[in-house]
Amino acid sequence: MAQYLILIYQPERAEGEAIPPEVWQQAMEAHGRFAEQVVQSGGKILGGEALQSTSTATSIRGDVVTDGPFAETKEALGGFYLVEANDLDHALAIGKLCPAPEGGVEVRPVMDTSGG
Amino acid sequence: MTQPREGDGGAEHVRSAVAEAYRREWAFVLAATARVAGDIDIAEECAADAFGAALDTWLRDGIPTRPGAWLTTTARRRALDVLRREKTLRAKLPLLIDPEARGAYGDAEEPDVIPDDRLRLVFTCCHPALAREAQVALTLRLVCGLSTGEIAQAFLVSEPTMAARVTRAKKKIAAARIPYRVPGTTDLPDRLDAVLTVVHLLFTTGHAAPTGDQLVRHDLVERAIDLARMLLLLMPDEREVRGLLALMLLTDARRATRLDAEGRLRLLEDQDRAQWDVAAIEEGRALVFEALRGGRPGRFTLQAAIAALHGEAPTWEATDWRQILDLYDVLLTAWPSPVVALNRAVAVAMVHGWASGLAEVERLEADPRLTGYRYLASTKADLLRRLDRPEEAAVAYREALALADNSAEQRFLETRLAETTSATT
Repeated sequence: MAQYLILIYQPERAEGEAIPPEVWQQAMEAHGRFAEQVVQSGGKILGGEALQSTSTATSIRGDVVTDGPFAETKEALGGFYLVEANDLDHALAIGKLCPAPEGGVEVRPVMDTSGG
Repeated sequence: MTQPREGDGGAEHVRSAVAEAYRREWAFVLAATARVAGDIDIAEECAADAFGAALDTWLRDGIPTRPGAWLTTTARRRALDVLRREKTLRAKLPLLIDPEARGAYGDAEEPDVIPDDRLRLVFTCCHPALAREAQVALTLRLVCGLSTGEIAQAFLVSEPTMAARVTRAKKKIAAARIPYRVPGTTDLPDRLDAVLTVVHLLFTTGHAAPTGDQLVRHDLVERAIDLARMLLLLMPDEREVRGLLALMLLTDARRATRLDAEGRLRLLEDQDRAQWDVAAIEEGRALVFEALRGGRPGRFTLQAAIAALHGEAPTWEATDWRQILDLYDVLLTAWPSPVVALNRAVAVAMVHGWASGLAEVERLEADPRLTGYRYLASTKADLLRRLDRPEEAAVAYREALALADNSAEQRFLETRLAETTSATT
């Protein structure tokens, strides 16, 4: 079997706008159904996470660290790693190690969805 | 404890003691509380509460001998209360990350000596993962204790805009887990440079000819100098901290002479040097000498050394331009900025003649980074004026005038333009 990364694109909420509980609930249920459907279809989810908003993103080009998401139109998402790190400094150090000689990488914290 | 005082005089005395403590101790109180709270918002709230409580308690019990320690202990106790109250809730929220120290005492008794966490706070505010404008806003808010309204006023943006900037930055610190610590030796040079850049930016914003409320702007200059003094106290071996403090003192020493009676910009050349602040120049020069000792000097130290040579020169003409040019050469290697190259062009003109200076400026006109930089046009205009080429000087003055964004510079350039055009007729 081959592996694919499925990227979810959707509009972001305004800064400080909370997700209404019913919307959150619906999303959790929808993703639960999706997971079941993938299994039913004979596929398998290897990993997946919700991400924090783009305002929490940090980009690295070479050794230059900047606030914000990686937003260059001439480059396209070419791969990803899901890593565990102690804090942002640790994650940025790993990000600098990640080979992306012709572009750069974006480091974005994963959202903690366990609390509901 | 001092004796409590009765009546309004006592209340006034306490109010001014609290205000004084706020100015001197805010960063210490907040930084120490943030370590216990593990959350900047809670720490800010508890620190503010402690200052509020001081008003009543000090009036009743007298002003403590160590106001800072009283405030810190009070703020930290409050933070621990909040944490206990919200324990289950807090467990789910992202915390300010402090892997080394958090939990070291947790709910336990207060340690005898409260650690000075101000450097952690400064380095967190100036973390490279935050945009520069956010670093500046956070430093003023968290380290200097300015209100969002005051910061908005100083940077000429609306209060809601500034509030959103601060909120977004705090949210990123929590969500992205920006650690609350002083960087290790590998990262320290770059990270310290970011901190010094923020402090210098505060200074230059306040020092630039006034576009906004002059009093607020001068407050920025004082805050920047206070911050540099604090950093020097906490990092006495970092020569660039010393260099930055020297640079700011030497530049600010000329404050009284920067505008003429009509509020027009007055160039260094035309300033009344008798009015310069001698004490500030002396302190700045002493700091420069210390900062220059040992190893290659950094960009702030080199700029300070240049400012020191101006500060000790009896006149513009009698300035040691040759040494200034040498320093610019070294500075350009340490910090290859086109703005440095432009300043160097003036030194070239003073050492090798106006035409040589103009050739340097014309060479720099090809640098796209200087496109629209107003001092490029005004420097060119000045050199053309001295070379007695008034038509070309007038063109350059008009260009500089179109780019100038404050009245002091505009009025200075208008005067020069009028002189130049009258010379041609």
